[in-house]
Amino acid sequence: MIDASLKDLSRALAAKQISSVELATLFLDRIERLNPTLNAFVTVDREKSLNSARAADARIAAGTAGPLTGIPIAQKDIFCAEGWTTTCGSKMLANFVSPYDATVIRKLHAEAGMVSLGKTNMDEFAMGSSNETSFFGPVRNPWDTSRVPGGSSGGSAAAVAARLAPVATGTDTGGSIRQPAALCNLTGLKPTYGVVSRYGMIAFASSLDQGGPMAASAEDCALLLNAMAGFDERDSTSLERLREDYARDLGKPLAGLRIGLPKEFFGEGCDADVMAAVRAAIAEYERLGATTVDVSLPNSHLSVPAYYVIAPAEASSNLSRFDGVRYGFRAQDYGNLDDMYMKSRAQGFGDEVKRRILIGTYVLSHGYYDAYYLQAQRIRRLIADDFVEAFKQCDVIMGPTSPTTAFKLGEKAADPVQMYLSDIYTIAVNLAGLPGMSVPCGFAGGLPVGLQLIGNYFAEARLLNVAHRYQQATDWHQRRPPAIA
Amino acid sequence: MSLTLEQVQRIAHLARIEVSEAEARTNQSHLNGIFQLIEQMQAVDTRGVEPMAHAQDVSQRLRADAVSEEDRRAAYLAVAPETEKGLYLVPKVIE
Repeated sequence: MIDASLKDLSRALAAKQISSVELATLFLDRIERLNPTLNAFVTVDREKSLNSARAADARIAAGTAGPLTGIPIAQKDIFCAEGWTTTCGSKMLANFVSPYDATVIRKLHAEAGMVSLGKTNMDEFAMGSSNETSFFGPVRNPWDTSRVPGGSSGGSAAAVAARLAPVATGTDTGGSIRQPAALCNLTGLKPTYGVVSRYGMIAFASSLDQGGPMAASAEDCALLLNAMAGFDERDSTSLERLREDYARDLGKPLAGLRIGLPKEFFGEGCDADVMAAVRAAIAEYERLGATTVDVSLPNSHLSVPAYYVIAPAEASSNLSRFDGVRYGFRAQDYGNLDDMYMKSRAQGFGDEVKRRILIGTYVLSHGYYDAYYLQAQRIRRLIADDFVEAFKQCDVIMGPTSPTTAFKLGEKAADPVQMYLSDIYTIAVNLAGLPGMSVPCGFAGGLPVGLQLIGNYFAEARLLNVAHRYQQATDWHQRRPPAIA
Repeated sequence: MSLTLEQVQRIAHLARIEVSEAEARTNQSHLNGIFQLIEQMQAVDTRGVEPMAHAQDVSQRLRADAVSEEDRRAAYLAVAPETEKGLYLVPKVIE
């Protein structure tokens, strides 16, 4: 049952082969046993989870259940959930019990009837690529516990990979769903910007942040996205679009699919064994009827520099709300108001968050705004235009998700620039606002490799179709970490 | 470009983050490494390129100026570090 798909879980619940309470108990017991090793969850509340499960069982009994009612889920601790501690991986919010639900939480719990197993660990305020910046300690990769799970949605990735939860939510500002999915052998989807509501999702870089599903398969991602997505008037950037079924095209044949291969993704900078797995996956797609075409994203090398201006600029503004006044941490001893701000922020934020606030403050400050912030926004346009050109020749773009497999804990923690470069293939997608996925495509040295799929705006159903057909022909996504029983 | 220690301390003050001199020095070295990466942008001629502030080129949606939220004052005050009579408490600002 722990390896069952959402569809199978749904069927088993509907047929009363298992109750939601039994299912939640099964996963809560696994969390109790395995979380001390993995540190994937920062908050678990058995009673709260079981209460939701009882409510779900009542809905199933009353015949008012939806397709996901009663199925457990792990929630990234960036989503505010009423009555749950919501920390965003920070000391700043270590004691913050949210007084309201994020829209994603409301949709998944109150509407879909899913059962939260708890809140998952993450890089502090989603700033990191290894889950090492969390105030609550690093998450360990279930495939090798001396290695990182990726980040920032590292807790969600480790939880699903170790089957502590059937599925999880994540958020992706520069690769935070796709990179941990790649490093933990999961399927993860970052939707087109504006498809999933950001209301109640603690803001890092508002023009880039987007929530999405993390799961064992593309089919599970499609079903979860169906419950997460949709227009929300509480998010001013939410897009008013007709409801769609993201699973509608899963089975469509791939004959005629044109895969664009950007030469910039296949040059230097990627480990050879990662590249070999990615090329083997593309060969499999050709066997499935797809053709490949060489494309170019000539400005993609500028995506990391532009991102590290834009994201910190937005973060410095967003995180100004943490001032020790209305919520969150306040220093014990301080003098005047300014001193209270300075000490509360100095003690409440970790080093990486402070670093990004400082970058953002600088690039937005008088005299530097044009040279950094405006220049970065102009380059962002060039990067987005490159994709527009590329999609004239292809339906989907493919390449590696991450240049390496999971690295060792501590390996890159001392050098911020090295850490930033682990998102070299994912960041351009956020800058352009496009949907992107990572799909398991093999192993290198016993560690998972992810294939990145990038689609045109609103092509989520197509991406999920492309991923699903590959998963019907391969079994990489079904492999489980051998050391985790 | 290279940030001086004084500049780092000035930025930290603007961001209202207290830093010791040792922390300022560590930040100086990290920030200069990061700005070296960022400097790659300066080689690109972007004259005539419209800045892209947002992922979707859509205009900001407006709504009617009507009350849509219920009063949750008590719940929102309850999560504050210090309150009194429905107000947030901070150190005295005006003598």
